[in-house]
Amino acid sequence: MAAATDINPFVNPPAGDNAFARITDNISRIAEVDKPPRAWYIAFAAALGLLSLFLVSVGYLFWEGIGIYGNMMPVAWGFPIVNFVFWIGIGHAGTLISAILFLLRQGWRTAINRFAEAMTIFAVICAGIFPGIHIGRPWLPYYMMPIPNQMEMWPQFRSPLEWDIFAVSTYATISIVFWYMGMIPDFATFRDRATTFWRRLAYGIVAMGWRGSSRQWHRYERAYLLLAALATPLVLSVHSVVSFDFATSQIPGWHTTIFPPYFVAGAIFGGFAMVVTLAVPARQFFGLKRIITIKHLELMNKVLIATGLLVGYAYGMEFFVAWYSGNEYEVFTFVNRAFGPYAWAYWTMITCNVVSPQLHWFKSVRTSPLATLLIGMVINVGMWFERFVIICTSLARDFLPSSWGYYIPTMWDFMTLAGSFGLFFTLFLLFCRYLPMVAMAEVKAFHPAAHAHAEHH
Amino acid sequence: MSHDEKTPETPGPAALHGLLAEYDTPAGILAASQKIRDAGYSRWDTFTPFPVHGIDKAMGIKMTVLPWIVLGAGLSGLATAIALQWYTNTFDYKWLISGKPFFSIPANVPIMFELTVLFAGITALVAMLVLNNLPLPSHPLDFVRRFARSTDDRFFLLIEAADPKFDEESTKALLEGTHPAAVETVKEDNVTSNKLPKVLIYGVVILTVIATVPFALAAKARHATSKQTRIHAVLDMDAQPKYKAQRRNPVYADGRSTRLPDPDTVAVGDLREDSHFYRGKMNGGWARTFPPQVRLEDATMKRGQERFGIYCQPCHGVGGEGNGMVAKRAEELQQGTWVPPTNLTQDYLRQMAVGELFNTITNGIRNMPAYGPQITTEDRWAIIMYLRALQRGHASKTAGLPPATGGTN
Repeated sequence: MAAATDINPFVNPPAGDNAFARITDNISRIAEVDKPPRAWYIAFAAALGLLSLFLVSVGYLFWEGIGIYGNMMPVAWGFPIVNFVFWIGIGHAGTLISAILFLLRQGWRTAINRFAEAMTIFAVICAGIFPGIHIGRPWLPYYMMPIPNQMEMWPQFRSPLEWDIFAVSTYATISIVFWYMGMIPDFATFRDRATTFWRRLAYGIVAMGWRGSSRQWHRYERAYLLLAALATPLVLSVHSVVSFDFATSQIPGWHTTIFPPYFVAGAIFGGFAMVVTLAVPARQFFGLKRIITIKHLELMNKVLIATGLLVGYAYGMEFFVAWYSGNEYEVFTFVNRAFGPYAWAYWTMITCNVVSPQLHWFKSVRTSPLATLLIGMVINVGMWFERFVIICTSLARDFLPSSWGYYIPTMWDFMTLAGSFGLFFTLFLLFCRYLPMVAMAEVKAFHPAAHAHAEHH
Repeated sequence: MSHDEKTPETPGPAALHGLLAEYDTPAGILAASQKIRDAGYSRWDTFTPFPVHGIDKAMGIKMTVLPWIVLGAGLSGLATAIALQWYTNTFDYKWLISGKPFFSIPANVPIMFELTVLFAGITALVAMLVLNNLPLPSHPLDFVRRFARSTDDRFFLLIEAADPKFDEESTKALLEGTHPAAVETVKEDNVTSNKLPKVLIYGVVILTVIATVPFALAAKARHATSKQTRIHAVLDMDAQPKYKAQRRNPVYADGRSTRLPDPDTVAVGDLREDSHFYRGKMNGGWARTFPPQVRLEDATMKRGQERFGIYCQPCHGVGGEGNGMVAKRAEELQQGTWVPPTNLTQDYLRQMAVGELFNTITNGIRNMPAYGPQITTEDRWAIIMYLRALQRGHASKTAGLPPATGGTN
């Protein structure tokens, strides 16, 4: 077209010096600079290395078969299911921050919700891979979907594993919808600031022609509120359904009614730990210290104390109920958990999950980014061990002593676990580089300047 | 700037789209919105980088219909879940598990919940986009340079020329009375085409056609026969490192993959050395005595009577005379092929060795089937004991028996 240059030109409009413009500039620049900080390159190289490890180990698994893993009767659910529950748990904090804190009108969530949502989606991707690859014939997981087929068979909807399929895939879909919808106004900002044709085209397509009309904002806010209201029970349902995989079985140590709330509390705990683990380096290296403040870290650390205590309560209550039930298999399972062959894993879990968050009672600890990062990582380790303890100790010592065993993972198990972190961090670092890392429109809406004179009209 | 200069074919001076005012603060746009609303304009809008609190009221925006659409979608998700689970597990493919009901609310609630949320959530996004007339690739405001800040830090108000109350002079005066940072005229967009690019249309058509090919092939394969074996992408279930029954196995000299048991191998519990007890034979002939395992006492007799009533009486009759209900019915039907059951009280059977009787029950005779697989060894001997009692009772005179047994003194 002859007059294409008439379309608002590929130069930044005159920059304002008000609070809103500063927010826009701070966050947009992260995705606009020619070169991200050196730390990003180092982290990306490491993440790509781990990702290739993941591809190699999964490729070899497909080639050689499930025998390369340590899964063996009686512990048929080894690392793959531990990793699945671990990652799906991580994925809970994002939607919790986005939806529940939104409904509770917690304004501070706006600084962290976008990358917590991104974290959720990448964690759910990691989680979704594990059940698929550990089924022995990983090209057949579509058997679990209700698809008409030549076998004239349908999936069994009374099975918790089938509920799991629907819960996890619904959760992944709704998380992506929620994440994408939140980004539409920010994509429009990126589009309007674009200085090259391709950036303008790419962000223009994903922004869908959003121009910030108040009539559009009206419907947008309604839709966002509804999504938050839908996602809130969803986030609670997903880990409850995951816990049904265990709780509806008869294995001592699994067959308990405390599992759904216990799993949900653990998921929020582990998810928040991952959020602080990611938030500290992100604010450090991308210059977001004025948006993700010490105050935010402190609030998240307080959530960690609360959920850590909930998880500790659940550990204690499991012992109490085992004793109170008078069922000798239950009693044995829990005594064996703490003092049997897996005692090392149990006490690692207790130290990481129950003891370490107590350090956050000290204000100096919970306001220190370094301590926040370290304790967050320790809790991540602890939450992984929690799933290991639940799965492996219960299966390794069930009713019949003649079928007892001891689970020993192979190097391929470790490679796949490490590789899944590579997948997660690769996606996360790409997100940091190319997408709006903080919800700009929401941060602006909660900025004092947005309300300063709103009352006197 | 004037309307009549517009020439649709070539880009040039375009018609007026409307008037745009820019404001520095949310408060500014709120105050201006109220004025425009009160002035009675209908085709106007504001553009802000974030949802300004109170702007709905200031502009007089009516509540959107979106929540009702989402509710409808949620209910249809719920209905889909109920229909899916009922159809698959209760109607089309029943599979009984531990006697649990095929359809029950508790077991089917999780899927109902998930599909409700799934349908409602996707609809919330789609309905938001559709009601907002998105995606919208181009807009006359894209040609206004200052408008790029609408997604950054500035607040804009646009009154369209299509508004019935619009008048360039008076509307401009009205806008300038709302303390804007700037007021600007917006031209119609006669630069960008309002037709979809041909590449895009062809691309969608071609991709749609290609996407139907796998489904068409699958449909053809399901309604046609073929001599080719099925193609398996992954062959590990077809080619397994093992020998199947009836296939040649080079490991063994005889070439069999199914190995025969060693000679004289007996399965656990199948060793039946006691010929008298298990086969009714002694020293090469039929045993004339009961084996020592069978205790000749009342309990055995009662057991024999009961078993006889179950297995023998239907054909041989209550008294063993060959007149059971089955035999009577068969004679009634007169079909001509019926071999009447033997009268067990005949003299030659009364003389027959118990071992031979045992063999007859165990292996059958003529058209009497073998009862060995159905009646345990002990019970077969008990039946013979009862049969002996029947035979003896039949042959004896009633005289000399006590009255209670039907004797006449």
